Amino acid sequence: MEFVVISLLNGISYGLLLFMLASGFTLIFSMMGVLNFAHASFYMLGAYFGYQISTWLGFWPALFVAPLLVGAAGALVERYGLRRVHKSGHVPELLFTFGLSYIIVELVQIVWGRAAVPYQVPPELQGPLFTVFTTTFPAYRAFMMLIAVLMLVAIWLMLTRTRIGLVIQASLTHPGMAEALGHNVPRVYMLTFGGGTALAGLAGVIGGNAYVTEPSMAALVGAIIFVVTVVGGMGSLAGAFVASLLIGLMQTFAIGLDWSPVGLLGRLGIEITPETFLYALWSLKLSQVAPVLPYLLLVMILVFRPRGLMGTREG
Amino acid sequence: MRYRKALAGFSIAVLWALASPHAVAQSGTVRIAWVDPQSGMMAAVGQNALRSWQHAVDAANQGKWGGNVRFELVPFDNKLSPQETLTVLKSVVDRDIRYVALGLGTSTALALSDAVAKHNQRNPGKEIVFVNYAAVDPSMTNEKCDFWHFRIDINSDMKMEALTTFMAGRPEIRKVYLINQDYAFGHSVERGAEEYLKKKRPDIAIVGKDRHPLAQVRDFAPYVAKIKASGADTIITGNWGSDLALLVKAARDAGLTAGFYTYYAGTTGTPTAIGAAGEGKVRQVSYWNPSDPVPEGAKCIEGFERKYKDDYAILASYTAMKLLSEAMKKAKSTDAKQVAFALEGLKVQSLNGEVEMRASDHQLQQPVFISSWQKVDGKTVRYGQENTGYGWRTEARLDAYVASQPTSCDMKRPAK
Repeated sequence: MEFVVISLLNGISYGLLLFMLASGFTLIFSMMGVLNFAHASFYMLGAYFGYQISTWLGFWPALFVAPLLVGAAGALVERYGLRRVHKSGHVPELLFTFGLSYIIVELVQIVWGRAAVPYQVPPELQGPLFTVFTTTFPAYRAFMMLIAVLMLVAIWLMLTRTRIGLVIQASLTHPGMAEALGHNVPRVYMLTFGGGTALAGLAGVIGGNAYVTEPSMAALVGAIIFVVTVVGGMGSLAGAFVASLLIGLMQTFAIGLDWSPVGLLGRLGIEITPETFLYALWSLKLSQVAPVLPYLLLVMILVFRPRGLMGTREG
Repeated sequence: MRYRKALAGFSIAVLWALASPHAVAQSGTVRIAWVDPQSGMMAAVGQNALRSWQHAVDAANQGKWGGNVRFELVPFDNKLSPQETLTVLKSVVDRDIRYVALGLGTSTALALSDAVAKHNQRNPGKEIVFVNYAAVDPSMTNEKCDFWHFRIDINSDMKMEALTTFMAGRPEIRKVYLINQDYAFGHSVERGAEEYLKKKRPDIAIVGKDRHPLAQVRDFAPYVAKIKASGADTIITGNWGSDLALLVKAARDAGLTAGFYTYYAGTTGTPTAIGAAGEGKVRQVSYWNPSDPVPEGAKCIEGFERKYKDDYAILASYTAMKLLSEAMKKAKSTDAKQVAFALEGLKVQSLNGEVEMRASDHQLQQPVFISSWQKVDGKTVRYGQENTGYGWRTEARLDAYVASQPTSCDMKRPAK
């Protein structure tokens, strides 16, 4: 019971962090049709900016300033990079963001070095928040969940209740019409890209000190964001939310479970010993294959439901 | 006239040098390639190791340990990858460096040992000696032993033997959990723990076993939840670097009270993660205790702290420089092959006592320490680690002959 509750909490907090990344990615994709390969790099930039600013001004200013800086960087990339490439179609855009992700990693290594930086959780948020049975739940994890939920609510309110949200939604489906009605659609694009990357930056600021801030952090979450987005359905915010939680929980629980074909077959009365053919495969435990599971899910979804759990487009 | 004399003198010197290369070769500069991660998750440990090596090399040069031989360290980054290690070895060969030091990761060490053996077979006269200062998979000094490989650390089985003997005398240990990195070294820790505990304390139950990817896990909370659910009172782990620091951090965050029996809790990053919460609960098995050194060791540690603002954690660098210097003096040469022969059976004084490079398998014979995490008290715990105010108190010290283990190595030596 204790294990289930704690794993649920761990899984949800990880899932929410994934959602902060995937939401920006999905927004950008559904609006501009750009698969932003550099999205995870903005997450990494957020973590490094967060670290740098927190050494100068402290964590709380960093929490606000770093995402804004990342968002500004994103907006500049859109204005002076993507917009020019946009004319040539989607493949050059894709290649552009792909190249950009490498440039950002190299820049980060030049500025902050190749090793991990000592980005620490602020002292106010260290220590446990509450105790479940006998396990303590760290305050910082709860804080991460809070920020993610606040952000989720804020995006939802902005998209559905504000004028700019309506314009964004209109440009999403009918860019030509929105432009004809006098809205500056390119600027909306720039805002969306900046906003999406700022969300990734925010995830970096709060994820960087919870996990580890080092140059390979972008590559590691980059692949997972794709899984989340494909599983949830390209361009579906609600789908991204469900998929993030699903993958967060799946990874957390898989690590905790030692199920293997050997045990399963053993219950059915089939004895498997180290001499059995392909024993290495039969004895694999779920906890050992946990890192592969999201990708397995990705393949399954692409085979059986290409538009994802909640996607509206086909393929 | 004068010019002629000088020329004649010079010619004689050159001829003499050509005729007896060994006599000249004993002076001059010996370069040592240091090959280990300086990027990625394990970079912090790598940087600390590199500093330790630089410190030992400086000490050897200042103290003229090798007579007229000067040492120079040439660092390379192998990114903790066996593939990169082989690429680095190529440039080591191209730069004509004959000594390679590597330690962080049995995966890279096995790849290097194999490649060095092949290189030496194909390039007689240009041999390379592999100084392994920390990769502890027992196979490297048993079934996979090689003449060109010398291990300065104590191997995993020696550590586990000592650790389990210590644990056998502690009746409060009933349920043990094994968590290790999923590669050759982690597997040998797991196997060793199971084997020795069964022999020494059959009543101890192993309530769980876990293998996780090396240097990739950023969040150990799910593993800790699992350990907690298993009801374990003790954890045995061979984890090192970020894999141990993050594991300990997650355990602390979740309020896990189990005791840790580790191989590497003294390595960079982990002391900070243990902090005050781990007092008396974390133990490590190692070949010395930096918190309670001999006077010569205190000098070394303090000098290192002044220079690098860091902890001198890797004594193997000091021992390795002692061994290499002595071997070069003994062989009267810096030629890798002669030095390798001279290293066999060589005894030197290091900071943990007298050590011997056993000829039969090239496993250094040295004492083993088990120490626990305690507050610095100036007497038994003299030096803290990473400014935590805590350090290691020696709880058991096994002499080299007690810690020694038999070997199955069948050493193939080249012709002298």
